[in-house]
Amino acid sequence: MSKFRKKKKGIPAVNTAALPDIVFMLLFFFMVTTTMRETNLVIENPRLPAATEIKKLEDKSLVSTIYVGKSKDASRDGIGYNKIQLNDKISTADQVPAFILSKRDKIAEQLVPLMTTSIKADRESNVGTIIDIRLKLRDVNALKINYSTTTAAKN
Amino acid sequence: MARRENPEINAGSMADIAFLLLIFFLVTTTMNVDSGVSKKLSEKPPPDYVPPVIKEKNIFEVNINRNNELLVEGDRMEIKDIKEAAINFIDNGGGMGKPGEDGSPGKSCDYCKGERSDSSSDHPNKAIISVQSDRGTEYGTYIEVQNELLRAYSELRNRLSKERYGMSFDDLEESFKEAKKSADLKNRVESLRKKVEDIKISYPQIISDAEPTS
Repeated sequence: MSKFRKKKKGIPAVNTAALPDIVFMLLFFFMVTTTMRETNLVIENPRLPAATEIKKLEDKSLVSTIYVGKSKDASRDGIGYNKIQLNDKISTADQVPAFILSKRDKIAEQLVPLMTTSIKADRESNVGTIIDIRLKLRDVNALKINYSTTTAAKN
Repeated sequence: MARRENPEINAGSMADIAFLLLIFFLVTTTMNVDSGVSKKLSEKPPPDYVPPVIKEKNIFEVNINRNNELLVEGDRMEIKDIKEAAINFIDNGGGMGKPGEDGSPGKSCDYCKGERSDSSSDHPNKAIISVQSDRGTEYGTYIEVQNELLRAYSELRNRLSKERYGMSFDDLEESFKEAKKSADLKNRVESLRKKVEDIKISYPQIISDAEPTS
């Protein structure tokens, strides 16, 4: 009988040697997939105005951003706070429709009415520039606009 | 000396280190959510479009000049006072509202708390705020004015929502959003949607941008 008596054994420890590999894989995945910012700014980081009645932009893939502000390279683009940046370069208001249409191409047709244009303008830029952009947006039926602002304290 | 076997390095805490890194990255990467003042543009009018005639008293005119000064209904005003003036204008309720879509005649505003003066707006759904700015106006001032006008609307909406449903409009919208997301609140979605719509229709946001002066 003694032949069959089981030897008393403790529970064998689970081999955790592969755990770091799994965690590192996760880590790398997050590091690779988080993009910090898609466009690099040619204008100086706009000082956004503050507001209280704000709405959040939910779906980033449906948002196209137009920057307005002062150029970093005044010798090339000229001075003033009314430079418009589309994608990666300084443009004029006339190029806004083409910019919107190119964004629209990448998006399923039924989602097009949900697309929002976010205008990130410096608080010292002029309303005239914004109105020029707005008229062009209306021409291509991009009617949802979000004036990007920071959050001000409610009083 | 006797050559000793290399002892194996204990890698048990490696996972902890990696987890720590992972959590650090998870916490520090903010998906910076953009937020701002939302607006819907009006569609481009057809070339033969004749704008409807609107009574002078139903328009609240705001002018911003190139020195960022405000002219409201013909008087100079500071930005901080514009909210109060807008509330008085929207909430006046001096006459009949717009006729319903089904042809029913317009009703007078029974929830308005204004002076009901004859020289100000008839009904919140007829009251139009028209903002005219100069091309040279600073964008910051323009947004500030828009924000103050929106605040006037949200104050009125909050007031009405508290009276009718016992919670502010912000809370009402918040719970509507939550109900849409979660499955076990599904039966509440419809009633909340009705409440939100009701408040929105009672105080519609009508802010138009007039052609700028140059």
